[in-house]
Amino acid sequence: MTGQAQNGIILQVQGVSKRFGGLQALSNVTFDLPERQILGLIGPNGAGKTTLFNCVNGVYPPEEGKVIFRGRDITGWQPYDVARMGLARTHQIVRPLNELTVVENVMAGACFGHELRSLGQAEAIADEVLTFVGLAGRRNAVAGKLNVAQKKRLELARALAARPYLLLLDEVLAGLNRSEIGEMVEVVCQIREQGVTILIIEHVMHALMNVSDRVIVLDYGLQIAEGTPDQVANDPKVIEAYLGDPKLAERLMGE
Amino acid sequence: MTELLASLSDGLLLGFVYGLAAMGLSLIWGVMRVINLAHGATMALGMFGIYVIFSQLGLHPYLALVLVAILGVLFGFAVYWIAVHRVINAPYLSSLLATFSVNMMIIGVGTAVFTTTPRTVDFAVGRLQLGAVTLLGTRLVAALICILVTAGLYLFLYRTKPGKAIRAVANNRDAASLMGIPTARTLALCFGIGTMLAALAGGLIATFFPFTILSGTGYQTKGFVICVLGGLGNPTGALVGGLILGAMEGLIPVFLPVTWVPVIEYVLFVVILLVRPSGLLGAR
Amino acid sequence: MRALRYPGFWLTLGLVAAGGLAAFITRSATLREDMFLLLMYVVLASSLNILLGYTGYVNFGHIVFFGLGGYVGFYFLSQQGWALWWAALAGGVASAVLALLLGLAVLRLRGAYFALATIGINEAVRAFVNNFGPFGGPTGMSLNFSAYGAYGGPASALWLTFGAMFGLTLLVLVVSFLVKFSRFGLGLMSIREDEDAAMVLGVRTPRTKTWAFVLSALFPGIAGVLFFFKNGNVEPVDAFRLQMSIEIIVMVMLGGQGTVLGPVVGAATYERLRGYLLTSPVFKNLHLALAGLLLLIIVLFVPAGLIGWLRGRFPRLRRVLE
Repeated sequence: MTGQAQNGIILQVQGVSKRFGGLQALSNVTFDLPERQILGLIGPNGAGKTTLFNCVNGVYPPEEGKVIFRGRDITGWQPYDVARMGLARTHQIVRPLNELTVVENVMAGACFGHELRSLGQAEAIADEVLTFVGLAGRRNAVAGKLNVAQKKRLELARALAARPYLLLLDEVLAGLNRSEIGEMVEVVCQIREQGVTILIIEHVMHALMNVSDRVIVLDYGLQIAEGTPDQVANDPKVIEAYLGDPKLAERLMGE
Repeated sequence: MTELLASLSDGLLLGFVYGLAAMGLSLIWGVMRVINLAHGATMALGMFGIYVIFSQLGLHPYLALVLVAILGVLFGFAVYWIAVHRVINAPYLSSLLATFSVNMMIIGVGTAVFTTTPRTVDFAVGRLQLGAVTLLGTRLVAALICILVTAGLYLFLYRTKPGKAIRAVANNRDAASLMGIPTARTLALCFGIGTMLAALAGGLIATFFPFTILSGTGYQTKGFVICVLGGLGNPTGALVGGLILGAMEGLIPVFLPVTWVPVIEYVLFVVILLVRPSGLLGAR
Repeated sequence: MRALRYPGFWLTLGLVAAGGLAAFITRSATLREDMFLLLMYVVLASSLNILLGYTGYVNFGHIVFFGLGGYVGFYFLSQQGWALWWAALAGGVASAVLALLLGLAVLRLRGAYFALATIGINEAVRAFVNNFGPFGGPTGMSLNFSAYGAYGGPASALWLTFGAMFGLTLLVLVVSFLVKFSRFGLGLMSIREDEDAAMVLGVRTPRTKTWAFVLSALFPGIAGVLFFFKNGNVEPVDAFRLQMSIEIIVMVMLGGQGTVLGPVVGAATYERLRGYLLTSPVFKNLHLALAGLLLLIIVLFVPAGLIGWLRGRFPRLRRVLE
């Protein structure tokens, strides 16, 4: 069931388009993601970034195009089948399993991910992952009682516990202060060192540009630029797209 | 053929009342995302309201309706503040069980007070002869009242300040409260109107058929079917849905024993839920 | 088995075992009858808990499994002359199959819509059974008194049935614990907390929910057969009592949904309360209204139920109050 990356390309998004009623959320988005790369996905609000994630991990199917993960065409698959192929994701607005404890949350990741661990194994993995993200101290706390930063780490830990081949991070830095951002970026780099490929949506520009190997820019559902962080930051089309959001453009140009 | 026409026209007239009944349910669901499981019981209260006022106070049923409507609003306020307000932002299970418990209480008390003897509201307003078809006066008046109430509701929702407040709250509760709209009171008003519509519909039905405190449940199921048919929070949709259901009910007994009607309605309800969930998911 | 590590497991089973054994030891017929009903409610409440408490799906028509299973089993007992054990099993299987078929249709609906869909199920099945010839239509079926002879006479049959209900109760509780501390249970609770997030995690929600539904139907089915065997007859109006469906929900909520001890405590408490109300001249007719009031109070102020509240208040006792 797990497939294999083809020529080192773990994810292929080919001509993906998605429409909601009258709104064209995505138009013909195409890119390849090689294994162990960190690919950043940026764009002004409403550009379609989360929509792209949703099409990739199966929340809804694209109208057109294909998504190929580890050599298997997973277009239109249910999220649980995609998860079982070894793809994990975090959400922009965190979704903890509120009444369950922190460790139970993370165990769920290990139990239902592609490794399909037993409860005992899952617990051991969960403890490991919690130490890694720095939540080991709140192991038995009820998830609903954590603060936002902790919930974000929990969301990440839950995704990591599944030992995914590909991790989709959706604004994992939003709402964090400077030191928290620094810590999280460290964690993301360490995740890549463990062999996980990462596709990351972020608005915290300096962090994203520093951590990504490559960046893709979406605007109104269209792919307007692709390249290294430097190339993208200096691309006039990108700057124009962001000029609608002067603060962001300023930051972009300042990198 | 005459039988068919008679049955159909009767069903259609009844459909107006079904529509009215469903409107209350639809409004409450559309505006505050609460499924009022006490709806049927409230209709039964409306039935008994007319009965008591008519038989004890001797007031003409159609006048009694006004009284019932007022009591309905007040009752709705009471139910909202006591049972619903606390759980309006809690997971759906809480409001579902809360309104369900109100249902239990109404039926429980109702059974104790009125027992299960069927009651009737005995009066007639003559008949109208349209060719081969005889239309009962009570049905015609009821249909007329429903149309008037629907028009009134529309005017209220679109032309008055409280009505617009209700629509604002339905659209975006947080934004509405930021704009200074007193959300809790608006929701209470909405609930009160929804309950009033249920009580009114019940009162009208009391002029057609005998009833017990348990009679409301069947109409509640019909109400749900109509809500799915007509789209939520949409008064005209409810009325149209009601007419469709009424027509169906008029046609089915010509071909099948009438005991099958509830089963068919229930199956229809589930099928629509499965096939056209957008019916219940908020076409406002 | 993880469950064995929890004192709560032993406490719950111990309580129920004590109740059951008390009847056996004293050989008291009154105690036996009392306990039979109580145990039956525990079975009904605990099985509903698997769907309501663990998975977060409300079934307003839970009693339909009791009724249909009871009917099917009774049919085999009275019309086909089967032994009680096989008939009870058949009843359980019939209910499980009903749940499977129903589940295919309505489990696709989320939360509140699923609940709505279950409201009519009981009525629809009762209407069907009412018209179903082989099941005796509106008059139902009865058991020839001589049938008890095969079990050593009526008195012996009553004790036998009680023993069966006792065993069934223990079974349901053990299964409840096993599920709660299994991977399957973790999947159910993930669905309850956030169904979409559960799907993203890899939980196969349609399949998982269906299993929960089927499991919740199996035990009431068997219980139904035992109950109607003891009664000697079955009628649609008795088998599909909507009021019982409601009362079971109250029991689960009162005791604490999602725990195993909760439905036990809830069933016992409610049953006592009901018994008291029914014999009191003042409250006789009001017990449904009072149940409604009780439910409202629980929903508004103590949604976690008695056991849930205790667990929140005394976190140290969590392993004991499972």
